[in-house]
Amino acid sequence: MANTGWDEFEIGAMLRTFDGGIDDIAGTKQEDRSYTQNSSYTASVADWRLVKPVYNKDYCIDCQFCWVYCPDVSIISRDKKMIGVDMDHCKGCGICVEVCPTNPKSLLMFSEQADEETEIASWPSKDKGEE
Amino acid sequence: MSEIKKIKNLKEFSTSADRFEGANLLCPGCAHSIIVREVLNATNDDLILAASTGCLEVCTAVYPYTSWDASWIHIGFENGSTAVAGAEAMYKALKTKGRLKQPERTPKFVAFGGDGASYDIGFQWISGCMERNHDMMYIVLDNEVYANTGGQRSSSTPIGSSATTTPAGSISYGETKNKKDMMGIMAAHHIPYAAQVSPNKWKDMVKKIQKGFATEGAVFINAVSPCTTEWKFDPKNTMHLADLATDSLVFPLYEVIDGREYNITYRPKNIIPVEEYLAAQGRFKHLFKDEYKYLIKEWQERVDANWAYLQRREEAKV
Repeated sequence: MANTGWDEFEIGAMLRTFDGGIDDIAGTKQEDRSYTQNSSYTASVADWRLVKPVYNKDYCIDCQFCWVYCPDVSIISRDKKMIGVDMDHCKGCGICVEVCPTNPKSLLMFSEQADEETEIASWPSKDKGEE
Repeated sequence: MSEIKKIKNLKEFSTSADRFEGANLLCPGCAHSIIVREVLNATNDDLILAASTGCLEVCTAVYPYTSWDASWIHIGFENGSTAVAGAEAMYKALKTKGRLKQPERTPKFVAFGGDGASYDIGFQWISGCMERNHDMMYIVLDNEVYANTGGQRSSSTPIGSSATTTPAGSISYGETKNKKDMMGIMAAHHIPYAAQVSPNKWKDMVKKIQKGFATEGAVFINAVSPCTTEWKFDPKNTMHLADLATDSLVFPLYEVIDGREYNITYRPKNIIPVEEYLAAQGRFKHLFKDEYKYLIKEWQERVDANWAYLQRREEAKV
């Protein structure tokens, strides 16, 4: 093994997230970054899921509660609008559904096998509560 | 100093480009990553991060993957704080010598640790960092148990909680010791800024983190992190549990400036009984048996006394 200086790394001791340099990561959206194989962004945990969130944009008010409380960076928001759910990284915890404030909710959990279009077509109507 | 990122509302916050990636191996519904995202998105500056061993470290750096899009140091159980303090010391030295390649950039130094790494194992190291007043932030992800190794009690585990080394049963009600007052200890270091935060109050959290970044000197943050696995609740209820924790005042949100000036930053409109907080978690299930009911009363008294203390400290400004 060759001697390394104090500011050098052994091969494998450092993982690079990006190919080349990104000067302003905080200003570069995920789709514009050139991830390497070492970033978990390129991996998937979709097979962890038993239930999945389905997004119905008709009722969404773009409040972004789902975005801020998603533990897995799986709510995709661009230009202050909710676009959809990143199904490669969603683990199906259901927090987004719990924090959704609309009535009826614009996100609901369905089984992993459920068909998205069918479920959106038969979306529950407004819950008037028990009065 | 660089400009503080403007975050007026949640819509504005949601334009942030995340520097923490999904497909990490944290449990579904884990609050750790919610806290990390809120912290990382609170600034646009470069970040130099470290994590002490714990759920966050082992789940976000499983070779060959990393979930971090910033410089991040993988380090031991006890020295996440000193790793970042060392990086900060080096940065300062290079700056003084004029050897920084991009001197206009102002990186922020942040260390994360679980409550085991902070309250017990890394305690001495954190105390050292705070005493030397490095320009860094230490954030505790306080889930009140060694969740990564299977739920052993830590000195953050509260009375009555059933952990694997303090199991509740016919002769025991679980943990018998009270939770360590880490905020009090850290404030006693007379550091410029210490605060307690909760992921459900994102605005309060972002405000405190930004205040911490703007502060020159050591900053200590204690963040409550409801653990779906060890607190034993349904993953979807993570934010509900955080709401219960802050609204029952089990985790009051406040800040301490220079170790003296206390400010309470969140006063719940409706203070809910501690009983509701306990009832929502499987680890306190046994407290609702007749013979242990007196513990719930004691819990309530303890929380009330702490709240009264905080209010008096805030009023006194000493």
